[in-house]
Amino acid sequence: MAAKTSTDKASFKPRIAAFVCNWCTYTGADLAGTSRLQMAPNVRIIRLPCTGRIDPLFIIKAFERGADGVIVSGCHPADCHYTSGNYHARRRFAVARDVFGFMGIDPKRITFSWVSASEGGKWAEVVNDTTARVQELGPFSAYREMEARV
Amino acid sequence: MSRIGVFVCHCGENIGRTVDCAAVAQACGELPGVVHSIDYKYMCSDPGQALVKQAVAEHKLDGVVVAACSPHMHEKTFRKTVANAGINRFLCEMANVREHCSWIHEDREEATQKAIDLTRFIVEKIKHNVPLEPIKIPVTRRALVIGGGIAGIQAALDIADGGCEVVLVEKEPSIGGHMSQLSETFPTLDCSQCILTPRMVEVYQHPRIKLMAYAEVDKVEGYIGNFTVTVRQKARGVNASLCNGCGECQKVCPNKKIASEFDAGLGKRPAIYVPFPQAVPNIPVIDRANCALYKGRARNAKKDACKKCEEVCGRKAIDFDQQDTFLTEKVGAIVVATGYQLYNIKKEQDKEAISGYGEYGYGTIPDVIDGLQFERLASASGPTGGKILRPSDGKEPKTVVFLQCIGSRDPAKGIDYCSKICCMYIAKHTMLYHHKVHGGQAIVFFMDIRAGGKGYDEFTRRAIEENDALYVRGRVSKMYRDGDVIKVLGFDTLSGEPMHIDADMVVLATAMRPQPGIESLAQKLSVSYDRFGFINEAHPKLRPVETNTAGVYVAGACQAPRDIPDAVAMASATASKILGLFSASELEREPLVAQVDQGTCAGCFHCVRVCPYGAVEHFEVKDRKGNLIKTVAQVNKGVCQGCGTCQANCPSKSVELQGFTDQQIFAAINAF
Repeated sequence: MAAKTSTDKASFKPRIAAFVCNWCTYTGADLAGTSRLQMAPNVRIIRLPCTGRIDPLFIIKAFERGADGVIVSGCHPADCHYTSGNYHARRRFAVARDVFGFMGIDPKRITFSWVSASEGGKWAEVVNDTTARVQELGPFSAYREMEARV
Repeated sequence: MSRIGVFVCHCGENIGRTVDCAAVAQACGELPGVVHSIDYKYMCSDPGQALVKQAVAEHKLDGVVVAACSPHMHEKTFRKTVANAGINRFLCEMANVREHCSWIHEDREEATQKAIDLTRFIVEKIKHNVPLEPIKIPVTRRALVIGGGIAGIQAALDIADGGCEVVLVEKEPSIGGHMSQLSETFPTLDCSQCILTPRMVEVYQHPRIKLMAYAEVDKVEGYIGNFTVTVRQKARGVNASLCNGCGECQKVCPNKKIASEFDAGLGKRPAIYVPFPQAVPNIPVIDRANCALYKGRARNAKKDACKKCEEVCGRKAIDFDQQDTFLTEKVGAIVVATGYQLYNIKKEQDKEAISGYGEYGYGTIPDVIDGLQFERLASASGPTGGKILRPSDGKEPKTVVFLQCIGSRDPAKGIDYCSKICCMYIAKHTMLYHHKVHGGQAIVFFMDIRAGGKGYDEFTRRAIEENDALYVRGRVSKMYRDGDVIKVLGFDTLSGEPMHIDADMVVLATAMRPQPGIESLAQKLSVSYDRFGFINEAHPKLRPVETNTAGVYVAGACQAPRDIPDAVAMASATASKILGLFSASELEREPLVAQVDQGTCAGCFHCVRVCPYGAVEHFEVKDRKGNLIKTVAQVNKGVCQGCGTCQANCPSKSVELQGFTDQQIFAAINAF
């Protein structure tokens, strides 16, 4: 699918993967739908039980497969359905952020946020903000260029 | 090769308006492994479900993807459908093309492309789904109720009346809780003890309730249906099986000057005491901190200072050498009903985030009392026999100022929430005061009157209109003692005038806070709590009495400020949940739990450290002769809730969360 992405900045349509927890953000995104909040169509959600389940490799894999940006979102601190999964996620990404940089992924392409089940509006904001930011940054082509060299 | 069926729903116009469903079905039909792909107006309707069933049979499908609404809406529906069609229900997944697509986008082309993408992810994921069987776990049909206030009493009685055994653990010497301290209850003004004490006796006499008063939960192990709880029975110094509650020991105890907890410090009690005459069980305890014998023993005195209670006890029930004992109880469900404490305005607080009221003298003015103390003054069983007399000199106060929202709704003091009951009980206090002190003036400083509830607003109106309470909207900035009176400096925000009142007594409606030690209890139970210490419910609307740990329920003021009807309703709700749980001898649970590959597990036990539920255990792999080969992780399926944190942390990827395995998720990402 990666090849489809246009490199021309004006017609560039960012493709963004969102890894979200089932209980807060997924439900918050459901609420955004029920409330008919219009938002950028660039984000594709992959549902997980908890942000604690998210392996940093998921994010790297998504970039490798052509994503231009990634959103990770779960329950607010102290609100985790599983008590503490979001804390583990938070710690993991505090460390992983540097690794992403090292791997040539601009951390600005990754949004880490808390969206509760009652925050449909906030989800729409996260989607729109991330889309706008990634639009500004342009397509993520580092891996494709590398691939082309090999 | 997989044989997957894709079913795209129009949801009437809801999806079809913005998503070209036929195009989605066509695009997905071309994906490798998909053998059948159709769209239909209403997939969840009877004919829609029939289409799915028919296709499963006709095309011998081993995977069903329904592109429709949120899985939170209809995943159960379609999983049931495929199960009816004869394939495992975990071979069915949903792609959310309504909430996450058609409802939030207008551009038909973009929305259609997104719907195709979302469905494709799920198609790729489902290729790696495997049949899963529900986990069956046995249930011990016996419940533990922690806390013997009105919520705990109600829960225990309802469960016991439903035919199951209950262990009721109360940390104080008697059950009854705060409700037993109240004089009369709003909005009916019926006597609190008159409605409560018969319930207490009922608990005591119930053949299926095991009452453990003066005991605390020490340790909790296990999981839903199978908890093992260790209860510490604190030493009373009195043999409960010998004592008949005659009360002679209390009469002879020489130290009668101890502030009574039951009377909120306004009355006195001896060192050997029952908290109040109607206590259940009616067995005294010895307060070791104040008993001369124990104080002497602590100083290594050669001779015991006083044994008057032992001498007078005809039943030989006094046992000075009694020790705390630990009892193990097996239960299938737990109710947390530990209730509340009142915020005190003192300088020293038990939490850093909370601060006291320097402007009110940090609780140093003797005639400034809290709501519970006023209850004791107004109660016929109280230290003044129901006369309103102020603590400092025993005079009848002619002007009483009531201050609402002390601590509550005051982020500056560290308590942001509304304590809910204060508006009502202050209105009740002004009525009781008006009835008891003729010619007395009650002045209430309030922020808002929050009287939501059946008959509640009428009640506060009655306090104002018929009982002459003067309600002033505003706050009090300062209070100090001046000779015989308390100078109260406030501000009436409606007239814009400052107010100077010479009060004889001031009653503070202090905030409700969870009981001290709630955090450590919550940790023992693996339930979460908010920053104020209130136990979190599983869902604020739809699962208000469950916690996020299966099998642990919550009732009453330990969850949030509650009045009596709320606490009772919650307690009955927990009982009905628990009786439902106990209605079968075995529990069925979703099998979406973690599973360890013991072949590759290196035994680093990172998973043990990150598991929020303590669900990962050590397992010893032995050879045929019984020699230990290695120790690996093993997940207890009853305890695991399926968050998957262990899997993300596992360095060797030896633990997999069923339903969300690495294979499944990477397959979805690969389809990106």
